[in-house]
Amino acid sequence: MRIDAKDFDRVDGGRIAVLRDLAFSLEPGSFTCLIGPSGCGKTTTLRIMLGLDRDFQGEVRPPSHDARIAAVFQEPRLLPWCTVEQNVRLALPRDATPDLNTLFETLGLGSMRSSYPDELSLGLARRVALARAFAIAPDILLLDEPFVSLDEATAKRMRALLLQLWRGRGVTVLMVTHNVREAVALADRLLLIDGQPAHLTGDVPLPLPQDARTPEYMAVLLDELGTAHPDMLQI
Amino acid sequence: MAPGALSLAGFFLVWSLAAWWANDPDVPSPLAVAAFMAREASTGELFFHLAVTLARVIAAFAISMVVGTALGLLMGQKRTVDRVLDPWLILLINMPALVLIVLCYIWIGLSEAAAITAVALNKIPNVVITLREGARALDPKLAEMARVYRFSRLTTARHVVLPQLQPYLAAASRSGLALIWKIVLVVELLGRSNGVGFQIHLYFQLFDVTAILGYAFAFVAVMLVIEYTLVQPLETRLTRWRAKPA
Repeated sequence: MRIDAKDFDRVDGGRIAVLRDLAFSLEPGSFTCLIGPSGCGKTTTLRIMLGLDRDFQGEVRPPSHDARIAAVFQEPRLLPWCTVEQNVRLALPRDATPDLNTLFETLGLGSMRSSYPDELSLGLARRVALARAFAIAPDILLLDEPFVSLDEATAKRMRALLLQLWRGRGVTVLMVTHNVREAVALADRLLLIDGQPAHLTGDVPLPLPQDARTPEYMAVLLDELGTAHPDMLQI
Repeated sequence: MAPGALSLAGFFLVWSLAAWWANDPDVPSPLAVAAFMAREASTGELFFHLAVTLARVIAAFAISMVVGTALGLLMGQKRTVDRVLDPWLILLINMPALVLIVLCYIWIGLSEAAAITAVALNKIPNVVITLREGARALDPKLAEMARVYRFSRLTTARHVVLPQLQPYLAAASRSGLALIWKIVLVVELLGRSNGVGFQIHLYFQLFDVTAILGYAFAFVAVMLVIEYTLVQPLETRLTRWRAKPA
Protein backbone atom coordinates (compact mmCIF):
# COMPACT_ATOMS: atom_id res chain seq x y z
CA MET A 1 0.00 0.00 0.00
CA ARG A 2 1.91 3.06 -1.12
CA ILE A 3 -0.18 5.76 -2.64
CA ASP A 4 -3.75 6.32 -1.71
CA ALA A 5 -5.46 8.97 -3.76
CA LYS A 6 -9.03 9.50 -2.77
CA ASP A 7 -11.97 11.45 -3.94
CA PHE A 8 -10.35 13.88 -6.31
CA ASP A 9 -12.77 16.64 -6.89
CA ARG A 10 -10.84 19.07 -8.92
CA VAL A 11 -12.86 21.88 -10.35
CA ASP A 12 -11.63 23.78 -13.39
CA GLY A 13 -12.56 27.38 -14.12
CA GLY A 14 -16.25 26.94 -14.85
CA ARG A 15 -16.52 24.28 -12.16
CA ILE A 16 -16.26 21.18 -14.29
CA ALA A 17 -15.70 18.04 -12.30
CA VAL A 18 -12.71 16.30 -13.84
CA LEU A 19 -12.12 13.44 -11.46
CA ARG A 20 -14.44 11.83 -8.99
CA ASP A 21 -13.92 9.03 -6.45
CA LEU A 22 -10.64 7.90 -7.88
CA ALA A 23 -8.77 5.83 -5.35
CA PHE A 24 -5.97 3.35 -5.79
CA SER A 25 -2.78 2.24 -4.14
CA LEU A 26 0.39 0.98 -5.75
CA GLU A 27 2.34 -2.07 -4.59
CA PRO A 28 6.02 -1.33 -3.97
CA GLY A 29 8.08 -2.26 -7.00
CA SER A 30 5.06 -2.67 -9.25
CA PHE A 31 4.56 -1.29 -12.75
CA THR A 32 1.10 0.14 -13.19
CA CYS A 33 -0.35 1.77 -16.28
CA LEU A 34 -3.12 4.31 -16.00
CA ILE A 35 -5.14 4.13 -19.19
CA GLY A 36 -7.90 6.30 -20.49
CA PRO A 37 -8.93 8.33 -23.53
CA SER A 38 -7.25 11.66 -24.25
CA GLY A 39 -8.40 14.52 -22.05
CA CYS A 40 -10.07 12.37 -19.42
CA GLY A 41 -7.87 13.55 -16.54
CA LYS A 42 -4.88 11.21 -16.56
CA THR A 43 -2.35 14.01 -16.58
CA THR A 44 -4.35 15.81 -13.89
CA THR A 45 -4.10 12.71 -11.73
CA LEU A 46 -0.33 12.65 -12.17
CA ARG A 47 0.00 16.36 -11.43
CA ILE A 48 -1.92 15.87 -8.20
CA MET A 49 0.32 12.96 -7.24
CA LEU A 50 3.40 15.08 -7.99
CA GLY A 51 2.13 17.85 -5.75
CA LEU A 52 1.97 20.29 -8.67
CA ASP A 53 -1.76 20.73 -8.29
CA ARG A 54 -3.06 21.21 -4.77
CA ASP A 55 -6.52 22.40 -5.65
CA PHE A 56 -8.34 19.15 -5.00
CA GLN A 57 -10.08 17.28 -2.23
CA GLY A 58 -8.59 14.09 -1.00
CA GLU A 59 -5.14 12.96 -0.06
CA VAL A 60 -2.02 11.56 -1.62
CA ARG A 61 -0.03 9.39 0.76
CA PRO A 62 3.55 8.72 -0.24
CA PRO A 63 5.19 5.59 1.23
CA SER A 64 7.26 7.75 3.58
CA HIS A 65 7.61 11.48 4.00
CA ASP A 66 11.08 11.52 2.44
CA ALA A 67 10.22 9.22 -0.47
CA ARG A 68 11.94 10.34 -3.64
CA ILE A 69 9.63 10.92 -6.54
CA ALA A 70 10.82 11.29 -10.11
CA ALA A 71 8.78 12.29 -13.12
CA VAL A 72 9.10 12.00 -16.86
CA PHE A 73 6.81 14.49 -18.52
CA GLN A 74 5.29 14.41 -21.99
CA GLU A 75 7.96 16.86 -23.13
CA PRO A 76 11.51 16.14 -21.96
CA ARG A 77 11.65 19.42 -19.95
CA LEU A 78 15.42 19.69 -20.04
CA LEU A 79 17.26 22.91 -19.35
CA PRO A 80 18.46 23.95 -22.82
CA TRP A 81 21.46 25.89 -21.43
CA CYS A 82 22.82 22.87 -19.55
CA THR A 83 24.56 19.90 -21.10
CA VAL A 84 23.05 16.43 -20.91
CA GLU A 85 25.22 15.57 -17.94
CA GLN A 86 24.52 18.86 -16.13
CA ASN A 87 20.80 18.30 -16.62
CA VAL A 88 21.06 14.94 -14.88
CA ARG A 89 23.44 16.15 -12.16
CA LEU A 90 21.31 19.16 -11.22
CA ALA A 91 18.45 16.85 -10.26
CA LEU A 92 20.57 14.73 -7.92
CA PRO A 93 20.04 15.04 -4.18
CA ARG A 94 23.09 16.50 -2.46
CA ASP A 95 24.47 13.27 -0.98
CA ALA A 96 23.80 11.05 -4.00
CA THR A 97 26.66 9.32 -5.79
CA PRO A 98 24.95 7.36 -8.53
CA ASP A 99 26.78 5.37 -11.16
CA LEU A 100 26.10 7.74 -14.03
CA ASN A 101 28.52 5.97 -16.36
CA THR A 102 26.47 2.77 -16.37
CA LEU A 103 23.23 4.71 -16.62
CA PHE A 104 24.40 6.73 -19.62
CA GLU A 105 25.80 3.62 -21.28
CA THR A 106 22.56 1.67 -20.74
CA LEU A 107 20.57 4.46 -22.35
CA GLY A 108 23.08 4.88 -25.19
CA LEU A 109 23.91 8.43 -24.12
CA GLY A 110 27.59 7.83 -23.36
CA SER A 111 28.88 9.95 -26.22
CA MET A 112 26.38 12.78 -25.66
CA ARG A 113 27.13 13.77 -22.10
CA SER A 114 28.42 17.19 -23.11
CA SER A 115 25.85 17.85 -25.84
CA TYR A 116 23.16 20.47 -25.37
CA PRO A 117 19.50 19.39 -25.52
CA ASP A 118 18.84 21.44 -28.68
CA GLU A 119 21.35 19.27 -30.49
CA LEU A 120 19.43 16.08 -29.69
CA SER A 121 16.49 14.44 -31.42
CA LEU A 122 13.25 14.11 -29.47
CA GLY A 123 13.96 10.44 -28.85
CA LEU A 124 17.38 11.21 -27.39
CA ALA A 125 16.06 14.10 -25.31
CA ARG A 126 13.45 11.74 -23.86
CA ARG A 127 16.20 9.30 -22.97
CA VAL A 128 17.97 12.10 -21.11
CA ALA A 129 14.74 12.78 -19.21
CA LEU A 130 14.61 9.07 -18.38
CA ALA A 131 18.25 9.14 -17.26
CA ARG A 132 17.50 12.12 -15.02
CA ALA A 133 14.56 10.26 -13.46
CA PHE A 134 16.55 7.09 -12.75
CA ALA A 135 19.67 8.94 -11.61
CA ILE A 136 18.02 10.13 -8.43
CA ALA A 137 17.21 6.48 -7.52
CA PRO A 138 13.53 7.26 -6.97
CA ASP A 139 11.13 5.27 -4.85
CA ILE A 140 8.33 6.22 -7.18
CA LEU A 141 8.55 7.07 -10.86
CA LEU A 142 5.65 8.76 -12.59
CA LEU A 143 5.62 8.86 -16.39
CA ASP A 144 3.21 10.88 -18.47
CA GLU A 145 2.96 9.41 -21.97
CA PRO A 146 6.73 9.42 -22.25
CA PHE A 147 6.82 7.83 -25.70
CA VAL A 148 4.23 9.79 -27.68
CA SER A 149 5.24 11.24 -31.04
CA LEU A 150 8.19 8.87 -31.40
CA ASP A 151 8.40 6.54 -34.36
CA GLU A 152 7.43 2.97 -33.45
CA ALA A 153 10.97 1.55 -33.62
CA THR A 154 12.33 4.22 -31.26
CA ALA A 155 9.35 3.86 -28.94
CA LYS A 156 9.92 0.11 -28.80
CA ARG A 157 13.58 0.56 -27.86
CA MET A 158 12.62 3.09 -25.21
CA ARG A 159 10.06 0.69 -23.74
CA ALA A 160 12.66 -2.06 -23.53
CA LEU A 161 15.05 0.38 -21.80
CA LEU A 162 12.36 1.42 -19.35
CA LEU A 163 11.64 -2.24 -18.47
CA GLN A 164 15.34 -2.93 -18.06
CA LEU A 165 15.83 0.02 -15.70
CA TRP A 166 12.67 -0.76 -13.75
CA ARG A 167 13.70 -4.38 -13.15
CA GLY A 168 17.19 -3.45 -12.05
CA ARG A 169 16.10 -0.93 -9.45
CA GLY A 170 12.87 -2.00 -7.79
CA VAL A 171 11.17 1.31 -8.29
CA THR A 172 7.39 1.71 -8.17
CA VAL A 173 6.24 2.90 -11.58
CA LEU A 174 3.02 4.54 -12.59
CA MET A 175 2.78 5.34 -16.27
CA VAL A 176 0.00 7.27 -17.92
CA THR A 177 -0.81 6.34 -21.49
CA HIS A 178 -3.68 6.11 -23.91
CA ASN A 179 -1.90 3.39 -25.86
CA VAL A 180 -3.38 0.07 -24.66
CA ARG A 181 -0.85 -2.00 -26.62
CA GLU A 182 2.00 -0.20 -24.91
CA ALA A 183 0.35 -0.74 -21.52
CA VAL A 184 -0.21 -4.44 -22.12
CA ALA A 185 3.42 -4.89 -23.08
CA LEU A 186 4.84 -3.04 -20.07
CA ALA A 187 2.62 -3.12 -17.02
CA ASP A 188 1.84 -5.72 -14.42
CA ARG A 189 -1.39 -3.95 -13.61
CA LEU A 190 -3.76 -1.80 -15.64
CA LEU A 191 -5.94 0.90 -14.16
CA LEU A 192 -8.62 2.09 -16.55
CA ILE A 193 -10.25 5.44 -16.08
CA ASP A 194 -12.97 6.99 -18.15
CA GLY A 195 -16.10 9.08 -17.98
CA GLN A 196 -16.92 12.64 -17.12
CA PRO A 197 -16.01 13.17 -14.40
CA ALA A 198 -13.48 10.40 -14.78
CA HIS A 199 -13.47 7.52 -12.36
CA LEU A 200 -11.92 4.06 -12.13
CA THR A 201 -13.64 1.72 -14.60
CA GLY A 202 -11.31 -1.25 -14.41
CA ASP A 203 -8.41 -2.75 -12.46
CA VAL A 204 -6.73 -5.54 -14.43
CA PRO A 205 -3.75 -7.49 -13.04
CA LEU A 206 -1.29 -8.90 -15.60
CA PRO A 207 0.65 -11.52 -13.62
CA LEU A 208 2.71 -12.96 -16.51
CA PRO A 209 6.28 -11.54 -16.57
CA GLN A 210 6.81 -8.99 -19.32
CA ASP A 211 9.44 -10.94 -21.25
CA ALA A 212 7.24 -14.07 -21.30
CA ARG A 213 4.51 -12.18 -23.14
CA THR A 214 4.32 -13.38 -26.73
CA PRO A 215 2.57 -11.36 -29.44
CA GLU A 216 -0.18 -14.03 -29.44
CA TYR A 217 -0.66 -13.72 -25.69
CA MET A 218 -0.95 -9.96 -25.99
CA ALA A 219 -3.40 -10.22 -28.88
CA VAL A 220 -5.66 -12.46 -26.78
CA LEU A 221 -5.32 -10.10 -23.86
CA LEU A 222 -6.24 -7.11 -26.00
CA ASP A 223 -9.27 -9.03 -27.28
CA GLU A 224 -10.42 -9.82 -23.76
CA LEU A 225 -9.91 -6.23 -22.70
CA GLY A 226 -11.91 -5.09 -25.69
CA THR A 227 -14.82 -7.31 -24.72
CA ALA A 228 -14.74 -6.36 -21.07
CA HIS A 229 -14.33 -2.63 -21.77
CA PRO A 230 -15.84 -1.91 -25.18
CA ASP A 231 -14.94 1.81 -25.07
CA MET A 232 -11.24 0.93 -24.86
CA LEU A 233 -11.23 -0.94 -28.16
CA GLN A 234 -11.31 2.13 -30.34
CA ILE A 235 -7.95 3.26 -29.05
CA MET B 1 33.45 43.81 -40.85
CA ALA B 2 34.46 45.22 -44.24
CA PRO B 3 31.07 46.82 -45.05
CA GLY B 4 31.04 48.30 -41.56
CA ALA B 5 34.49 49.84 -41.98
CA LEU B 6 33.59 51.16 -45.41
CA SER B 7 30.41 52.73 -44.11
CA LEU B 8 32.36 54.38 -41.28
CA ALA B 9 34.92 55.72 -43.77
CA GLY B 10 32.02 57.11 -45.81
CA PHE B 11 30.72 58.92 -42.74
CA PHE B 12 34.06 60.67 -42.16
CA LEU B 13 34.32 61.51 -45.87
CA VAL B 14 30.89 63.19 -45.90
CA TRP B 15 31.81 65.04 -42.73
CA SER B 16 35.13 66.25 -44.22
CA LEU B 17 33.41 67.42 -47.39
CA ALA B 18 30.75 69.26 -45.40
CA ALA B 19 33.41 70.95 -43.28
CA TRP B 20 35.39 71.96 -46.37
CA TRP B 21 32.29 73.29 -48.11
CA ALA B 22 31.02 75.22 -45.07
CA ASN B 23 34.48 76.65 -44.32
CA ASP B 24 33.26 77.87 -40.94
CA PRO B 25 34.72 77.30 -37.41
CA ASP B 26 31.24 76.06 -36.36
CA VAL B 27 31.70 73.05 -38.66
CA PRO B 28 35.17 71.72 -37.79
CA SER B 29 36.77 68.96 -39.84
CA PRO B 30 37.36 65.50 -38.37
CA LEU B 31 41.08 66.30 -38.28
CA ALA B 32 40.52 69.43 -36.19
CA VAL B 33 38.43 67.43 -33.73
CA ALA B 34 41.09 64.72 -33.57
CA ALA B 35 43.78 67.34 -32.95
CA PHE B 36 41.73 68.82 -30.08
CA MET B 37 41.26 65.35 -28.56
CA ALA B 38 45.01 64.70 -28.73
CA ARG B 39 45.71 68.06 -27.05
CA GLU B 40 43.21 67.44 -24.25
CA ALA B 41 44.55 63.91 -23.82
CA SER B 42 48.13 65.14 -23.43
CA THR B 43 47.15 67.47 -20.56
CA GLY B 44 45.19 64.64 -18.89
CA GLU B 45 42.07 66.81 -18.89
CA LEU B 46 40.21 64.50 -21.28
CA PHE B 47 40.85 61.36 -19.23
CA PHE B 48 39.88 63.03 -15.97
CA HIS B 49 36.46 64.10 -17.28
CA LEU B 50 35.89 60.79 -19.07
CA ALA B 51 36.67 58.87 -15.88
CA VAL B 52 34.35 61.02 -13.77
CA THR B 53 31.49 60.57 -16.23
CA LEU B 54 32.15 56.85 -16.60
CA ALA B 55 32.06 56.39 -12.82
CA ARG B 56 28.66 58.11 -12.71
CA VAL B 57 27.41 55.95 -15.58
CA ILE B 58 28.52 52.77 -13.83
CA ALA B 59 26.98 53.77 -10.49
CA ALA B 60 23.65 54.77 -12.02
CA PHE B 61 23.64 51.69 -14.23
CA ALA B 62 24.28 49.32 -11.33
CA ILE B 63 21.61 50.91 -9.15
CA SER B 64 18.95 50.96 -11.84
CA MET B 65 19.63 47.38 -12.95
CA VAL B 66 19.42 46.01 -9.40
CA VAL B 67 16.34 48.00 -8.35
CA GLY B 68 14.63 47.64 -11.74
CA THR B 69 15.23 43.89 -11.94
CA ALA B 70 13.91 43.30 -8.43
CA LEU B 71 10.78 45.37 -9.06
CA GLY B 72 10.25 43.92 -12.54
CA LEU B 73 10.41 40.33 -11.31
CA LEU B 74 8.07 41.10 -8.44
CA MET B 75 5.55 42.79 -10.75
CA GLY B 76 5.82 40.03 -13.34
CA GLN B 77 5.06 37.31 -10.81
CA LYS B 78 2.57 38.89 -8.42
CA ARG B 79 -0.51 40.32 -10.04
CA THR B 80 -1.54 42.38 -7.03
CA VAL B 81 1.85 44.08 -6.84
CA ASP B 82 1.66 44.71 -10.57
CA ARG B 83 -1.77 46.35 -10.26
CA VAL B 84 -0.66 48.54 -7.37
CA LEU B 85 2.65 49.67 -8.85
CA ASP B 86 1.66 49.96 -12.49
CA PRO B 87 0.26 53.54 -12.24
CA TRP B 88 3.48 54.65 -10.50
CA LEU B 89 5.46 53.08 -13.30
CA ILE B 90 3.47 54.87 -15.98
CA LEU B 91 3.84 58.15 -14.10
CA LEU B 92 7.60 57.72 -13.76
CA ILE B 93 8.23 56.61 -17.32
CA ASN B 94 6.35 59.59 -18.70
CA MET B 95 8.02 62.11 -16.41
CA PRO B 96 10.46 64.19 -18.45
CA ALA B 97 14.09 63.44 -17.56
CA LEU B 98 14.71 67.14 -17.01
CA VAL B 99 11.97 67.41 -14.38
CA LEU B 100 13.34 64.44 -12.43
CA ILE B 101 16.84 65.92 -12.53
CA VAL B 102 15.75 69.38 -11.40
CA LEU B 103 13.60 67.98 -8.60
CA CYS B 104 16.40 65.72 -7.36
CA TYR B 105 18.82 68.67 -7.26
CA ILE B 106 16.30 70.82 -5.41
CA TRP B 107 15.20 68.20 -2.90
CA ILE B 108 18.46 66.34 -2.31
CA GLY B 109 20.87 69.19 -2.98
CA LEU B 110 23.54 69.73 -5.62
CA SER B 111 25.37 66.55 -4.69
CA GLU B 112 26.72 63.39 -6.29
CA ALA B 113 23.92 61.40 -4.64
CA ALA B 114 21.29 63.63 -6.22
CA ALA B 115 22.92 63.32 -9.64
CA ILE B 116 23.05 59.52 -9.55
CA THR B 117 19.55 59.21 -8.07
CA ALA B 118 18.20 61.36 -10.88
CA VAL B 119 19.82 59.22 -13.56
CA ALA B 120 18.73 55.96 -11.92
CA LEU B 121 15.13 57.20 -11.59
CA ASN B 122 15.12 57.87 -15.30
CA LYS B 123 16.33 54.39 -16.16
CA ILE B 124 14.55 52.21 -13.56
CA PRO B 125 11.12 52.20 -15.27
CA ASN B 126 12.67 50.85 -18.48
CA VAL B 127 14.37 48.02 -16.64
CA VAL B 128 11.17 47.24 -14.74
CA ILE B 129 9.13 46.99 -17.94
CA THR B 130 11.67 44.76 -19.72
CA LEU B 131 12.19 42.43 -16.75
CA ARG B 132 8.46 42.27 -16.06
CA GLU B 133 8.05 40.82 -19.53
CA GLY B 134 10.88 38.41 -18.74
CA ALA B 135 9.21 37.27 -15.53
CA ARG B 136 5.93 36.73 -17.36
CA ALA B 137 7.67 34.66 -20.03
CA LEU B 138 9.23 32.24 -17.52
CA ASP B 139 8.37 28.69 -18.53
CA PRO B 140 6.08 27.11 -15.90
CA LYS B 141 7.02 23.66 -17.21
CA LEU B 142 10.64 24.10 -16.18
CA ALA B 143 9.53 25.49 -12.82
CA GLU B 144 7.44 22.35 -12.28
CA MET B 145 10.36 20.16 -13.24
CA ALA B 146 12.51 22.00 -10.69
CA ARG B 147 9.85 21.46 -8.03
CA VAL B 148 9.43 17.76 -8.72
CA TYR B 149 13.19 17.22 -8.56
CA ARG B 150 13.40 19.39 -5.42
CA PHE B 151 15.90 21.90 -6.72
CA SER B 152 17.11 24.21 -3.97
CA ARG B 153 16.16 27.89 -4.21
CA LEU B 154 19.69 28.76 -5.24
CA THR B 155 19.85 26.08 -7.94
CA THR B 156 16.46 27.13 -9.30
CA ALA B 157 17.51 30.78 -9.41
CA ARG B 158 20.87 30.08 -11.00
CA HIS B 159 20.09 27.30 -13.43
CA VAL B 160 16.38 27.66 -14.18
CA VAL B 161 15.35 31.31 -13.79
CA LEU B 162 18.45 33.34 -14.60
CA PRO B 163 19.18 31.74 -17.98
CA GLN B 164 15.59 32.43 -19.03
CA LEU B 165 15.94 36.07 -17.98
CA GLN B 166 19.29 36.51 -19.71
CA PRO B 167 17.94 37.94 -23.01
CA TYR B 168 15.81 40.42 -21.06
CA LEU B 169 18.73 41.42 -18.86
CA ALA B 170 20.86 41.85 -21.97
CA ALA B 171 18.21 44.02 -23.64
CA ALA B 172 17.78 46.13 -20.52
CA SER B 173 21.52 46.69 -20.11
CA ARG B 174 22.07 47.44 -23.80
CA SER B 175 19.46 50.15 -23.99
CA GLY B 176 20.39 51.12 -20.45
CA LEU B 177 24.00 52.05 -21.09
CA ALA B 178 23.12 54.25 -24.05
CA LEU B 179 20.27 56.02 -22.25
CA ILE B 180 22.18 56.46 -19.02
CA TRP B 181 25.24 58.12 -20.44
CA LYS B 182 23.09 60.63 -22.30
CA ILE B 183 21.21 61.51 -19.13
CA VAL B 184 24.43 61.66 -17.11
CA LEU B 185 25.62 64.43 -19.44
CA VAL B 186 22.48 66.45 -18.76
CA VAL B 187 22.88 65.92 -15.02
CA GLU B 188 26.49 67.10 -15.22
CA LEU B 189 25.52 70.11 -17.28
CA LEU B 190 22.91 71.18 -14.72
CA GLY B 191 24.65 70.62 -11.43
CA ARG B 192 28.16 69.18 -11.46
CA SER B 193 31.51 70.88 -11.88
CA ASN B 194 33.29 68.06 -13.74
CA GLY B 195 32.60 65.33 -16.26
CA VAL B 196 31.99 65.33 -19.99
CA GLY B 197 28.64 67.09 -19.62
CA PHE B 198 30.23 69.93 -17.66
CA GLN B 199 32.95 70.32 -20.30
CA ILE B 200 30.41 70.41 -23.10
CA HIS B 201 28.48 73.08 -21.22
CA LEU B 202 31.68 75.06 -20.78
CA TYR B 203 32.59 74.91 -24.46
CA PHE B 204 29.00 75.67 -25.45
CA GLN B 205 29.35 79.00 -23.67
CA LEU B 206 32.49 79.59 -25.74
CA PHE B 207 30.77 78.33 -28.89
CA ASP B 208 33.69 75.95 -29.42
CA VAL B 209 32.14 73.20 -31.60
CA THR B 210 35.50 71.44 -32.06
CA ALA B 211 35.75 70.87 -28.31
CA ILE B 212 32.11 69.80 -28.00
CA LEU B 213 32.53 67.20 -30.74
CA GLY B 214 35.85 66.11 -29.29
CA TYR B 215 34.34 65.28 -25.91
CA ALA B 216 31.28 63.65 -27.45
CA PHE B 217 33.34 61.37 -29.69
CA ALA B 218 35.74 60.51 -26.90
CA PHE B 219 32.87 59.24 -24.81
CA VAL B 220 31.25 57.39 -27.71
CA ALA B 221 34.62 55.67 -28.18
CA VAL B 222 34.63 54.61 -24.53
CA MET B 223 31.16 53.13 -24.91
CA LEU B 224 32.19 51.30 -28.08
CA VAL B 225 35.13 49.75 -26.27
CA ILE B 226 32.76 48.59 -23.50
CA GLU B 227 30.38 47.14 -26.07
CA TYR B 228 33.03 45.18 -27.97
CA THR B 229 35.22 44.05 -25.08
CA LEU B 230 32.59 43.46 -22.40
CA VAL B 231 29.00 43.24 -23.59
CA GLN B 232 29.40 41.22 -26.78
CA PRO B 233 31.90 38.61 -25.52
CA LEU B 234 29.74 38.11 -22.43
CA GLU B 235 26.66 37.59 -24.57
CA THR B 236 28.45 35.07 -26.79
CA ARG B 237 29.54 33.17 -23.71
CA LEU B 238 26.05 33.11 -22.20
CA THR B 239 24.30 31.98 -25.36
CA ARG B 240 26.76 29.31 -26.47
CA TRP B 241 24.22 26.60 -25.71
CA ARG B 242 21.96 27.70 -28.57
CA ALA B 243 22.25 25.31 -31.47
CA LYS B 244 24.29 26.94 -34.18
CA PRO B 245 22.38 27.36 -37.43
CA ALA B 246 23.46 24.61 -39.80
